[in-house]
Amino acid sequence: MAAAISVRNLVKSYGRLTAVDGVSFAIEPGEVFALLGPNGAGKSTTIEILEGFRDRTSGSVEVLGVDPAGGGRALRDRIGVVLQQTGIELELTVREALEQYGAAYRSRRPADELVELVGLDAKADERITTLSGGQKRRVDLALGLVGDPDIVFLDEPTTGFDPSARRESWELIDRLAALGKTILLTTHYLDEAQHLADRVAVLQSGRIIAEGTPQELTAQSPTRTVISFGPTPAIDATLAELGDRVRRTGQRIEVETESPTADLALITTAAANQNIELPALQVSRPSLEDVYLELLGPAE
Amino acid sequence: MIAANAAPWPSTSSLVLTQIRGQLRTFWRTPISAFFTIVFPLMVLLLFGLIFGNDTFESPFGPITSRQFYAPALGAFSAVSATYTNLAITTTIRRDEGVLKRVRSTPLPPVIWMTGAIGAAIVLAFLGVALSLTVGVLFYGVEVELAKMPAAVVTFLVGTAAFAAMGLALSALAKSGQAAPALTNATLLPLAMISNVFVPIRDDAPTWLTTAANIFPLRPFVDAFSTAFAPATDAPAFEWGKLAIVAAWGVLGLVVALRKFTWEPVGPARRIRRSTAGPA
Repeated sequence: MAAAISVRNLVKSYGRLTAVDGVSFAIEPGEVFALLGPNGAGKSTTIEILEGFRDRTSGSVEVLGVDPAGGGRALRDRIGVVLQQTGIELELTVREALEQYGAAYRSRRPADELVELVGLDAKADERITTLSGGQKRRVDLALGLVGDPDIVFLDEPTTGFDPSARRESWELIDRLAALGKTILLTTHYLDEAQHLADRVAVLQSGRIIAEGTPQELTAQSPTRTVISFGPTPAIDATLAELGDRVRRTGQRIEVETESPTADLALITTAAANQNIELPALQVSRPSLEDVYLELLGPAE
Repeated sequence: MIAANAAPWPSTSSLVLTQIRGQLRTFWRTPISAFFTIVFPLMVLLLFGLIFGNDTFESPFGPITSRQFYAPALGAFSAVSATYTNLAITTTIRRDEGVLKRVRSTPLPPVIWMTGAIGAAIVLAFLGVALSLTVGVLFYGVEVELAKMPAAVVTFLVGTAAFAAMGLALSALAKSGQAAPALTNATLLPLAMISNVFVPIRDDAPTWLTTAANIFPLRPFVDAFSTAFAPATDAPAFEWGKLAIVAAWGVLGLVVALRKFTWEPVGPARRIRRSTAGPA
């Protein structure tokens, strides 16, 4: 099946500023794809070109097989857009807003179903002005789904949320993915990309500097697995064998390793032979965060 | 990949009606706008009725009492508030808030959104006119001659459509929601003083003043509407020349609105762009 979204050599310049500088990626139907990057990396510009809000300087872009710059009404009917910053008539109730905005689409999801999906069933007949920030964002999500879209664009869906509201939104986005929607989301939260996305493209200064599944990205990382524990002078002799891979940071000893099984065996055998319990022993794999910071590092 | 066999589009009339209903709903739930658009002109009418009493004077439409003069004049003014002022301000605020950008992300055709906004404004204008005329007929001796009503209806429709288009045009020119009320006041209030709204303009007024008032659309609209209700005028009381001036302004407004209208906030967005582009 053809890609739901395909982007080739996309460039967008504002005068001398190049916001997007040769970006290419493709998203398969049903996939959850995250554009991850710091503020100003070009995420919103890219997603707004795909939504049809911005024209592009060069490159080719297809959403559901059509160019969003000329896709017009037929394309807007098939996509759901959750903008980063957007307004709503606060005087309307949640249900009224869903019915009013839903009226423009060829197929619509009933308001009752949507408020239940986003967990606002108790607030359906309340005016939007009375809702909290997180609840308003869920109204945005419900409005993005009201036309039963094939593709949902989520531009920084949880920015400014407290941790529990973010967790709730993640569950909601997981539910959308389970419905088979293709989802393109932008975020500057690593854990969000790692949790939600099938594939991640890391954007910096308008370029994709890494792309793959969260697992692939972490596997590519030059960062090694780290064995760490509290200070234990009794095994210093063994640690000396490991050479400069041993680092002492504050109250912890860290051993960087490419062969964690062998090195762990060496260390724990030495400790076990002397009947010592290694305090707070930990083996940690590189996280997407380590990878991300490494990728962005040189330019920071 | 966009399915060709999807359900049919909703009909244009149902889309427009949904927009009108939504616009009116938000209007009535914003008491301040309802007050200024509907209640304020009525208050002025009642105050003028008390202040100026029932003296007869020689108006541009022949001999008339003050109360007979002000009821249609302030009715016409409330129609202008409901269309020009109301649309200019609410549309600019909605654009600043990002509501218009959200609308643009849906498959609703832009022209249907505009038609809905204009339609809702005309409904409110009708209400304002109807209230003023009801007070006029019941308490102020305004006479409704059926033979002159076609002129009143046509004048109302031409005027409200034109002022609604000018309201959208002003919104397109306003940089922010804060600027919009200042712009509507600056354009409308001086004209209202020389356009037979708050003050009857006498024959011995300076020529340049009358000329200025006749070039802009407010006086031609108010005069054409008042003519249809003045006791001394004859049926059918159509003022085609005045309506042509109003319509010309309406076309100008429509052209500006269609060319300059934006769906995204303009002021802050531009500032951000300039600051990220570095020194010029």
